[in-house]
Amino acid sequence: MSESFEPVIVGFTCNWCSYRAADAAGTARVKYAPNVRLIRLMCSGRLDPTFVMKALAGGADGVLITGCHPGDCHYIDQNYKALRRFLLLRRTLKGFGIEPERIKLVWASAAEGMKLANEINTFVDEVRKLGPLNWPKWDSNGHAALQPRSEQVMEVTA
Amino acid sequence: MSDKPKFAMYWAASCGGCEISVLNIAEKILDVDANFEPVFWPVAMDAKYKDVEAMEDGSILLTLWNGGIRNDENEHIAHLLRKKSKILVAFGSCATEGCIPGLANLSPVEEIFATAYHTISTDNPQGIHPQPTFEVPEGTLTIPTLKPVLKTLAQVVDVDYYMPGCPPEPHQIAAVIDLVIQVLQGKAQLPPKGAYIGCGNSTVCDECPRARNVKHITAFRRIQEVAPLDPEICILEQGVPCNGPATRSGCNARCPRVGAQCIGCYGPAEGVLDYGARLITAFASVVDAKEPEEIEAILDGIPDPTGQFYRFNLADSLLRASTAAWKKNGH
Amino acid sequence: MSENTPKQDKPKVGVYVCHCGSNIAGMVDVEAVRDWAREHLAEDGVVISRDYKFMCSSLGQELIEKDIKELGLERVVVAACSPHLHEKTFRTASERAGLNPYLTELVSIREQVSWVHTDKAIATEKSKALLAGTVHRVAYNTELEPLKVPINPNTLVVGGGIAGIQAALEIANAGFHVYLVEREPSIGGHMAQFDKTFPTLDCSACILTPRMVEAGTHPNITLLTWSEVMSVSGYVGNFNVTIKKRARYVNEELCTGCGICVEKCPQKVIDDVYEAGLGYRKVIYTPFAQAVPKYPVLDRPNCTYFKNGKCKACEKFCPTNAIDFTQEDEYLNVEVGNIILATGYDLFDARKVTNYGYGRLPNVFTSLEFERLSNAAGPTGGEITLRDGKTKPQTVGIIHCVGSRDKNFNNYCSSICCMQSLKFAHLVKERTGADVYEFYIDMRTPMKAYDEFYQRVLDEGTLFVRGKVAEVTNAAHGPHEKGKLIIQVEDTLVGKQRRIPVDMVILSVGMEPRHDAKQTGQLFGISCSSDGWYIERHPKLDPVTTMTEGILIAGCASGPKDIPASVAQGAAAAARVLDKILQKEVELEPIRATVNEEKCSGCRICNNLCPFNAISFIDDLAVTRINPALCQGCGTCVAACPAGAISGTGFSNEQIFAQIDGLLMGV
Repeated sequence: MSESFEPVIVGFTCNWCSYRAADAAGTARVKYAPNVRLIRLMCSGRLDPTFVMKALAGGADGVLITGCHPGDCHYIDQNYKALRRFLLLRRTLKGFGIEPERIKLVWASAAEGMKLANEINTFVDEVRKLGPLNWPKWDSNGHAALQPRSEQVMEVTA
Repeated sequence: MSDKPKFAMYWAASCGGCEISVLNIAEKILDVDANFEPVFWPVAMDAKYKDVEAMEDGSILLTLWNGGIRNDENEHIAHLLRKKSKILVAFGSCATEGCIPGLANLSPVEEIFATAYHTISTDNPQGIHPQPTFEVPEGTLTIPTLKPVLKTLAQVVDVDYYMPGCPPEPHQIAAVIDLVIQVLQGKAQLPPKGAYIGCGNSTVCDECPRARNVKHITAFRRIQEVAPLDPEICILEQGVPCNGPATRSGCNARCPRVGAQCIGCYGPAEGVLDYGARLITAFASVVDAKEPEEIEAILDGIPDPTGQFYRFNLADSLLRASTAAWKKNGH
Repeated sequence: MSENTPKQDKPKVGVYVCHCGSNIAGMVDVEAVRDWAREHLAEDGVVISRDYKFMCSSLGQELIEKDIKELGLERVVVAACSPHLHEKTFRTASERAGLNPYLTELVSIREQVSWVHTDKAIATEKSKALLAGTVHRVAYNTELEPLKVPINPNTLVVGGGIAGIQAALEIANAGFHVYLVEREPSIGGHMAQFDKTFPTLDCSACILTPRMVEAGTHPNITLLTWSEVMSVSGYVGNFNVTIKKRARYVNEELCTGCGICVEKCPQKVIDDVYEAGLGYRKVIYTPFAQAVPKYPVLDRPNCTYFKNGKCKACEKFCPTNAIDFTQEDEYLNVEVGNIILATGYDLFDARKVTNYGYGRLPNVFTSLEFERLSNAAGPTGGEITLRDGKTKPQTVGIIHCVGSRDKNFNNYCSSICCMQSLKFAHLVKERTGADVYEFYIDMRTPMKAYDEFYQRVLDEGTLFVRGKVAEVTNAAHGPHEKGKLIIQVEDTLVGKQRRIPVDMVILSVGMEPRHDAKQTGQLFGISCSSDGWYIERHPKLDPVTTMTEGILIAGCASGPKDIPASVAQGAAAAARVLDKILQKEVELEPIRATVNEEKCSGCRICNNLCPFNAISFIDDLAVTRINPALCQGCGTCVAACPAGAISGTGFSNEQIFAQIDGLLMGV
């Protein structure tokens, strides 16, 4: 018996708009798909492409990035910077064979709880259709940057 | 048998440039000879694997490992040399981050073979394809098989130090040799295990003499479209994608000094988890547009972002390989 | 609940899972989450894992405090409601027990899980994942202290309308200095243009001018009219503002305000600011009789002397030699600690509603034009007449919601137009005895004495038609409509189309943000909503502060409102400023970015990413530096630095990487 695939999606929200939209959806008891696990950032401008890659390499099937509508950013226009990064990131991920539809950028204001819930439902459907990503959990020793740096220096005897 | 500390240098999946770079330290090579006894250095001396196997564990004081781990021979020797060496240094971009051989991680192994042995420029009329084993009257011959993806040295064994660069610059190699000699003489301490050595603490821009202003890029262009480049101003500012801002310093901005954009051979800056991500964010930050269509038009000026951002670092990135490389074969 | 020994270098974490009554426990198996954390997150530092009915109650908080003291907890994670509700509660509790508040995190399993999902098993699994994310993250939280900066006790108030005047007077009366900047020649704002104010029918000028005079003569107020703010730099407590004081061509030291120059000036132009285009003013002028300050202003582009070197009548007749044609714009630099923006509103351009014929049909007037007609000091001396300046109307139609509550123009309600329209009806009846029709969608008369005023106007015999006017036309359908303006409307209470002939139409046009509000906002580092009004920090609980520390808003600059509300907001903004001034120091949230100058290569890629000008390039060191007091903590530069040289407290890379790992545990 095969279980139907339920995607795991990591979502990034901004403190002032989209996180509050998620709160608003909660307060209004709007029901939506449980597949998205949210991380709160202060601003969508904090979104480092490394986060997206880490999520995908770590087992996520998709990544949802949310922020304030253009022109409404709490920090004036940082969401535009997020947009530019998102577009270049998506192109680069394509070269790794990752479908561009696996990462999505959505704007939602603090009052748009319903809208955010709908966007989440839509995105979960879209990723479900793409199937699992199942990025390999590469065996460790791993990453050069993650190598432990011990304070002990190596003693050398001639 | 001398009582000088033992030294080894091995090449795996690489081009040989690192060995040349070592030679380019000129007279300093005499210091190497004065202070070390090379016991295993395929490019410079004859030795067999069984000689290495016969050595005591940890008896080689310093091993410089050049090259990525592409086949099972590379992997086997990596484990062997790790056992036999006290200090194992991932030497050069291939060993630290995969370098150019790492770009093969964008293709499955079958495709690599097809390209090497069966394309139009290959003279292979009988379509001969290497086999891992072959029977001859004397017995069975084996050759190494390719692993599904290329790995860096650290992804296979425990590494003590990293020397980035394609190749590491001779003046940096000389500096490291000096340091090791000083350590041997008890005049200095080795840096903490896991450190990057023979390089700077910032990025290429730190060493680049070009003038820098706030950047507003309205188009990315290939260097020949912009030629002649203004020699005084930052290359990225002139619209040519220069990887300098994200690339570790140490080479003295060699390429920008002569009018070529940095392609990133010294790898990421200290502590960076994914080199390509830093370039994505840097380039996106200087794009001077707000509307999606305008932004996409400017980004069209980088037709191969994966190659532009991961030319040297693919095998050590967070994703390491494309789905094409691992999907069918596992890893 | 139980205790465990954590992995070597992970700080000791206490986990608290809240039931929130049945709000969480009804959809999430909180005991299972508690037990799971104790078992599976032990190697991430969890030494104790508890559950409780209401963590935010004093008993719940005491659980945390006790564990911090007795178990030596170094981190606290509460899985409950949204951080926007209780993060401060739990951080304060931790602080009471001696733990730095920034080592405590609150993760929402209510708004994000129990309230929005329907399968208990799935909700429980998701709660575990979210909890794991935060437990992994919190290990990398660091102790942070809010940044304290001193406050300059001076204040800048931008805009000399009633809200700005109120704010300035409150602060000045408390003994602190105010710079009041106004770009028109006189303070007073729109209120100075009105005739009467609702619902009291006070004469607007009579209640306004004493305040204007007080502001103009107050020893603690520096009045800068005919002036504009050119640039703002700095941060809360320490703003540096450059103000351009435009040349009046009148020497204020010598001018006595006698008005002879105005009398003798031979050149008239249409006054399209104060008189709304209905009257004339001289080229050297004071906008109205009670102007504060009293010094006139010379309108250079229209001045005969400046155009062709002739005239100079004003100079000839000035008894104190106060006219100075060589005067230049002056630039002043002031240092203030807080800034209040009370820049007011502009009116919707009625020309856009072409079917109402404003600008084409002469006897269609806007509300502001009507105010000028009705005003005794206006172009008709207070006579309500048609465009010819003579004929009194016999029937008047007043149309509500012009440009407001309208998908084609502005969606919002402009708040004051119903009351304003009722006021007009009353004034028309009083002055002309004409028949008055009001065309409304709803009657919005909520505040004190407003509904009673509506009753009064009803009793006076004004006729009310509920319907949105389709058209105002002069195309007559018969002799009885000839020479009239016809208002075509569906009378929805009767269910019939009606054509009502009138002599005069008054359009109650909506309020809009100042047409340069966005640029002004950018000057001060605040943003506008999609409608263009300045955004307050919280629409219900914090209406006069903005998200930018030190910049406050008052009056119609943040949205349509009546005079009492504008006055209240001016006073509220003043109170908030005084609160800061009296504390002498302000505390800033310690979520900020810093540049590691050794790692910084001076590539300058981050340099144009900061809308708050916190990022600057130090030329002689060839590195970038961030001003921690200006930095608002958005993290954009942290994410952008290609060298990884910029780090951000509160949302560092280590914290977020760890959170991603935790969220994906077991995937």
